[in-house]
Amino acid sequence: MFKYYGKFAPYLFLLPAGLLLIVFFFIPFFQTVVLSFQDYTNSIYAPEFAGLQNYIELFKNPIFYKVMLNTLIYLVVAVPVLAIVPLFLAILLNQKIRGITLYKILIYLPVIVSIVVAAIAFKWLYADQGILNYIVTSLGFDSIGWLTDPKWALYSVIIVTIWKGIGYYMMIYLAALMSVPKELYEACDVDGANFLTKHLTVTVPQIMPTIALVVTISSISAMKVFAEIYVMTKGGPLDSSKTIVYYIYERAFENLDLGYASAMAVVLLGIVMVFSLINILCFERKKYQL
Amino acid sequence: MKKLLSKITTHTILIIVSVLSIFPFIWLISTSLKGGGENIFAYPPVMIPQDFTFENYVGVWHRVNLLGYFINSMIVAAGTVILNLILSSLAAYPLARMEFRGKKIAFFAILATIMIPFQAIMLPVYLITIKLHLIDSVNDIAGYIGLIMPFAVSAFGIFLMRQAFLGIPREMEEAAIVDGCNVFQIFWRVLLPMVKPSLAVLAIFTFIGSWGEFLWPSIVLTKESLYTLPVGVNNLQGMFSSNWRYIAAGSIISIIPIIIFFLSMQRYFISGENEGAVKG
Repeated sequence: MFKYYGKFAPYLFLLPAGLLLIVFFFIPFFQTVVLSFQDYTNSIYAPEFAGLQNYIELFKNPIFYKVMLNTLIYLVVAVPVLAIVPLFLAILLNQKIRGITLYKILIYLPVIVSIVVAAIAFKWLYADQGILNYIVTSLGFDSIGWLTDPKWALYSVIIVTIWKGIGYYMMIYLAALMSVPKELYEACDVDGANFLTKHLTVTVPQIMPTIALVVTISSISAMKVFAEIYVMTKGGPLDSSKTIVYYIYERAFENLDLGYASAMAVVLLGIVMVFSLINILCFERKKYQL
Repeated sequence: MKKLLSKITTHTILIIVSVLSIFPFIWLISTSLKGGGENIFAYPPVMIPQDFTFENYVGVWHRVNLLGYFINSMIVAAGTVILNLILSSLAAYPLARMEFRGKKIAFFAILATIMIPFQAIMLPVYLITIKLHLIDSVNDIAGYIGLIMPFAVSAFGIFLMRQAFLGIPREMEEAAIVDGCNVFQIFWRVLLPMVKPSLAVLAIFTFIGSWGEFLWPSIVLTKESLYTLPVGVNNLQGMFSSNWRYIAAGSIISIIPIIIFFLSMQRYFISGENEGAVKG
């Protein structure tokens, strides 16, 4: 086919999107790095070059380690649950049963609803004299300070993230399960294999790439949680539910410590970029046609 | 016999999970319908309101500008969707169909933005938005534009559209060239109508993302009159500190539009064809 477009046409088409990506992605990206080497503590208008000072402060600060540990706990708890439970549900929904659409709608509903409303709804369930504590006490335990006890707060917030993510990952798995050839299960049925063996020997190996995809994207989104924490705990009590993004937000927009917040943001950038790179190179090649 | 047992187990599990999925909302609805004469902290908790009333809905509707929040969310979501559709298709077209210098660079630069989480660069984005005078303290229009611009185009959208364009047979363009169309006419009249299904997917998922966005508006907004629904609903907590009846009623009102949207578009979400499209 001959070239029917002018020399500049491709650039003209790319220009508007390119401009926006430059202004709102690339410049901020480099500015984050630049800011992290500056000191804003004396004046927010006249920063001074600070070298590695922000990073040194960051790594000296016990809160930094607390925040990193909280984020790690977030990953270690949320990711396995979000990789396994939705797969199990997708397997159940990948058969011919009654009411399948209704089940899907109900389980997907939390994905659609704003995280703010979800967090408020859970805050109400978690209330000191709330319904969850009723259940706990009627089972004979002491009532729990779901969001007020430093031992529990982080886990209570993680539960919300998990609850909101299950439907989303379930649909990803369902799409993958549809492409598993039915014949593969026939041998199992002849052998009389049970549910667990059948899916461990056939389903899991077949959709391994999708499982890996779910692990990486749920890890990335676990590192980016903010709204749940902002609405429910503000990172407290005693920093017990503070994770990376909330910490950046607090330092940048409440303490106006732009340099320190940016150093923290660079740490987040580094971690997320590694995960994203793995994701793109290993599991999403087809999506981007690399 | 074994089959029946497995069916019963399947349904039992799915019913339990379905109930767990919607229970937080059900409990919120229950609370929102309880009148002042009823203890909302009663042990054991009561599901069906005894002192049934719509008073909390009326009260919260009058005291909080929920309609205004809704309109703001609509403006921002509509603007975000329209810009994403236009800008993503424009950028995707040359990436899918043209040969030019720097194509590889453009491609990988766009791909690279996928790896940059907004949360890590939000501070400079905020500083730039202020520099561009795109915040609500300048005026309302600037405020809306500031809410929209950082999300007006996404690499996800560009790649989605690129894939759609790649799927169109070359003959379509050749026929159009023979008919004397120029490059913009080919794009607008020939190619764009053929990728409508992808445009619909992009529109729907961009809408959901924009509608639920909380971090960015809570950073840039200074005026209550420009609050979007998530920001406004979060603000209910401060306004009615421990009046959970009002907080519950306001929260429930706020999710009605998106639930209607979801139910009417459900095939896009739960058919399993558009895997992994939402989420930011």
